[in-house]
Amino acid sequence: MDKEQVLRLVLSTVREEADEIGYDELRAPTAETPLFGGDAGVDSLSLVRLVAAVERAAQVQFGKNVVLADEKAMSMRNSPFRTAGALAELLFARLGAVDA
Amino acid sequence: MPEVVLITGTRKGIGRHLVDHFLQKDYVVAGCSRDEFDGALPPGYRHYRADVADERAVVDMVRDVQNSCGSITVLINNAGIASMNHLLLTPLSTIERIFSTNVFGTFLVMREAAKIMATARYGRIVNFASVATPLDLEGEAGYAASKAAVESLTRVAARELAPFNITVNAVGPSPVMTDLIQGVPKRTMDALINRQAIKRMAEQGDITNAIDFLVSRASDFVTGQTIYLGGV
Repeated sequence: MDKEQVLRLVLSTVREEADEIGYDELRAPTAETPLFGGDAGVDSLSLVRLVAAVERAAQVQFGKNVVLADEKAMSMRNSPFRTAGALAELLFARLGAVDA
Repeated sequence: MPEVVLITGTRKGIGRHLVDHFLQKDYVVAGCSRDEFDGALPPGYRHYRADVADERAVVDMVRDVQNSCGSITVLINNAGIASMNHLLLTPLSTIERIFSTNVFGTFLVMREAAKIMATARYGRIVNFASVATPLDLEGEAGYAASKAAVESLTRVAARELAPFNITVNAVGPSPVMTDLIQGVPKRTMDALINRQAIKRMAEQGDITNAIDFLVSRASDFVTGQTIYLGGV
């Protein structure tokens, strides 16, 4: 598992969820695509769904159960949910910290 | 497709009864307790040995239920502990233990199950409150306070999860003959039952009846409520 694989997983999950949560701009996401916070991105309920979907996808692909919204993530100076790339960074770090 | 119910605290008492109840209703039933299940596992029931206050154990269990049984549609947060003692004779560790299981455990299992329900855009969550809260029972300060926290958690979760078509309610049983109240003196129990409108002990069927109502698909406009039994 490398960072590129994790980013691909996050992007494909965001793409799959785009229809469900109703955000056209998420249909072709890149690492820079804004997810949450500031003027762009999704509302808080859609973020909840996205985070749950990414946790699930990580479990299916890598066989590891991660919780993304942990204390460390919620107290970061720069929100790990601000872009798809930041979310992938967070997921990569949590996958490394969890035993299968 | 059969619905999947996750019930916590299934080793004995109300939780054990709920396992049989939901199996009879053709649910796929999973459950957990801190210790091994008492006796043989009923056919069709999947048991986990997990402490609901242990975040890692809860995360692993809930996701394994999803993988093994399918998306959880109903969660019954039954696991709970009690301790009867005067406030002045209650060690802090007792209160911490009660809150860990009753409040933090309810929160953790609800959070993880609701992630699955939110994705499926459907869910029914029933938490366990207690008449100890509205009756302000002497000798049960920690227990009553923990169940007050569960009620508050239930109301706020109902609002936060409503957009996902998930309802969150609570059942507050009056005393029912389980291990939880075995140590309570008869005189205390009689005095408690006398404060109910209907003066008898609750039976398992009284509890499952309220739960059946709350988890019914037709109850999609009922959320954030606590149903007390016995007329409290």
